[in-house]
Amino acid sequence: MPFVTPATLAKSYDVIIVGSGAAGGQTAYTLCMEGAKVLMLEAGRKYVPELETPMFQTPDLAPLRGGATPDKSFGFYDATVDGGWQVPGEPYVRTTEEPAGRFDWWRARMLGGRTNHWGRISLRNGPYDFKPHSRDGLGFDWPISYDDIAPYYDKVEMLIGVYGTSPGLENTPNSSPGCLLPPPAPLVSDLLIQQRAPRIGVPIIPAHRAVLTQKLDFKRSPALLHPGNAKAQKIIAADMQNRSACLWATPCGRGCSVRANYQSTTVHLPPALATGNLDILTDAMVREIQLDKSGLARGVAFIDKTTGVEHRASARIVVLAASACESARILLNSKSARFQHGLANSSGKVGRYIMDTVGSPLSGQIPLLESLPPLNEDGADGDAVYAPWWLYQEQRAGKLDFARGYHIEMGGGRQMPRAGTMSGTEWLTGGSYGKKFKDDARRYYGSFVGFAGRGEMIPNENSYCEIDEKVVDKWGIPVLRFHWQWSEHETRQAAHMQKTFAGIIEAMGGRVKDGPITDGSKAISPGGFIIHEVGGAIMGADKKSSVTNQWCQTWDVKNLFITDGAVFASNADKNPTLTIMALAWRSADRMLDLMRRKEL
Amino acid sequence: MDRRSSLKWMLAASAAMPLLARGAFGENAPAAITAAKGYGTDPDLSKVYRPGDVWPLTFTPSQRITAVALCDVIVPADARSPSASSVGVVDFLDEWVSAPYPTQQTDRPLILDGLLWMDTEAQRRFGANFSALDELRRHAICDDICYEQTALPQFASAAKFFARYRDLTAGGFYSSPEGRKDLGYIGNVPLQKFVGPPLELLQKLGLEPSA
Repeated sequence: MPFVTPATLAKSYDVIIVGSGAAGGQTAYTLCMEGAKVLMLEAGRKYVPELETPMFQTPDLAPLRGGATPDKSFGFYDATVDGGWQVPGEPYVRTTEEPAGRFDWWRARMLGGRTNHWGRISLRNGPYDFKPHSRDGLGFDWPISYDDIAPYYDKVEMLIGVYGTSPGLENTPNSSPGCLLPPPAPLVSDLLIQQRAPRIGVPIIPAHRAVLTQKLDFKRSPALLHPGNAKAQKIIAADMQNRSACLWATPCGRGCSVRANYQSTTVHLPPALATGNLDILTDAMVREIQLDKSGLARGVAFIDKTTGVEHRASARIVVLAASACESARILLNSKSARFQHGLANSSGKVGRYIMDTVGSPLSGQIPLLESLPPLNEDGADGDAVYAPWWLYQEQRAGKLDFARGYHIEMGGGRQMPRAGTMSGTEWLTGGSYGKKFKDDARRYYGSFVGFAGRGEMIPNENSYCEIDEKVVDKWGIPVLRFHWQWSEHETRQAAHMQKTFAGIIEAMGGRVKDGPITDGSKAISPGGFIIHEVGGAIMGADKKSSVTNQWCQTWDVKNLFITDGAVFASNADKNPTLTIMALAWRSADRMLDLMRRKEL
Repeated sequence: MDRRSSLKWMLAASAAMPLLARGAFGENAPAAITAAKGYGTDPDLSKVYRPGDVWPLTFTPSQRITAVALCDVIVPADARSPSASSVGVVDFLDEWVSAPYPTQQTDRPLILDGLLWMDTEAQRRFGANFSALDELRRHAICDDICYEQTALPQFASAAKFFARYRDLTAGGFYSSPEGRKDLGYIGNVPLQKFVGPPLELLQKLGLEPSA
């Protein structure tokens, strides 16, 4: 099996999955391990991290010293293929270019999608995060509670490998014993933050990231992941042994050829393929989902991007895992007499309540960190420590002017010098050049710390996508048009972030070049910039106001599921990827159950 | 973030004061790069690239001579590392101003006009091109333009050019093997274990070694 062509597709499958990232990868993994025959359709090309990852390349080997360009928005070596804020031939429409109302849509057209380059930050939603409306009257409650999903968080962490600790802070759930790997050693800057941030009340604890600080427990975990399934246990035990632990070098954003961090292509797809139950078809751009006479999904129509020819594929179940907005787009483009406003859209909620994460950064220069001796501070590449939201009680008591929380990601250290090193440092050097400049560079290199807030956005009626009536992509498929608006809960939160970060920097004895920014509407990053967009087909308890039930199963079409971030009913400050995977696993278990009971 | 800072830069550049007889830097723009193509959205990442491999370089011989001189005023050789021009930074600058991307195309007129200004100013003050001046005279010009905050109004455009040129020169230099070594960067090597900073250093800084 594995990689197929339109000519070698099976006549029918148990399940078609559209997308191969965190959602598609997890859905395929769970289904294939339990024996379902799955076809995965990916709009981008095949991608092989073991062969393609530029592990130790240095900036001087790349054009423009590896810096960002519109072709490679996160730099030359970033693990994004045919993607970015704009994808050639695949436009989208914005209603405004103004920062306050614009939405930028990041896509990657490659096997594994955005999981190849993501930040690997893997935080659990807490109990409050599933019942936000019940707590403060804003947004929506999920139709599930933390307890429903906790076992799946455990399983995902065991499977993909996540480092971190369980200190038991409010709404910051502990993992079950044995789920987490030990956190990496913190850098000098991390330890200084950890010493000083508590002075202004900000707790600093080990971060959670999907990086193997040691090899996975291939003896204990398989039986917990797949109880009673000897074949699955054997496959995953073998695969876990083939993943190396972190070698403490080269940025995770390039991907990892030794499979030491999570990307769908190195973690979900290899064992799923090893079952013999997975077919993967790349360069397959899904245009619409097609229904049979009874109103059930019978399959999808897709365009083979290598030939431009349209084909069909059939299955008992269709799963959208194409990323929140792309899944909404496919639904809205799947029109029929029965669903004139898009498939599974009897609620009118498809495309509605798109949410991103509130983001705002501030960096500072720390004299204590100047002129340190040479140290290898590559570490695990991303955050070793972070600050979970710490003001739940103040918020509950009405002492803050915004409703929801944020966590703080942070980093510093003697990172690999790059094209931006020493840029814009006149405020420190007084405009030095010559030998003085070289001495200044030695002094200041490694003395900067950066803080980035990641906060909850409350869903609103003015942030949504719809099909544009005029514009189509290069295959003639109608494209999305985005509308965007922050509320004051988000902009005030961004201003609070700035104030907090300036406070931490000050507590570290440091200084800030510009800022902090006090106007939240200027401090907040534009919509889409944090690339945590979720919503667009939210789950709920009532089919009049939501698109899916608690199993990610659409209310209108019972054999159609959406396992990506589109179903999020809220977007907690916690980065969405881990929750996407936990929900996808739970949803796939439901599909298996319904197939076994012949209900699907 | 890159995009935002490039936008800021564009705004700053467009606000430059008139200086050359023919107007502000970049106003009478040298021919833009139109024929060249970028590396696309799926370049071969395993290949070794040198400036000129993907798009042609465009410095004229006289621009290159001035560029070398100015690079080495900013990053001269010293006891620890060589000069910027000797580790390929001028080729990097040429690659930069010749690149078919918006940030680089915005920098192009500023850099090329700036190099021309350096020679024009050197001729005006000392009757020779910048590259032909001794260190004292080179510094006499650079001291007037090295810090935007304190530069006299008539040097505002030149100071903006110098700031950008210094950023690019530094970026080119410190991202080279010699530059990494100069800063004491010792990573990018596989390790069995990552143990964190040594205890003596932490004690010196008054830090505890636990997370």
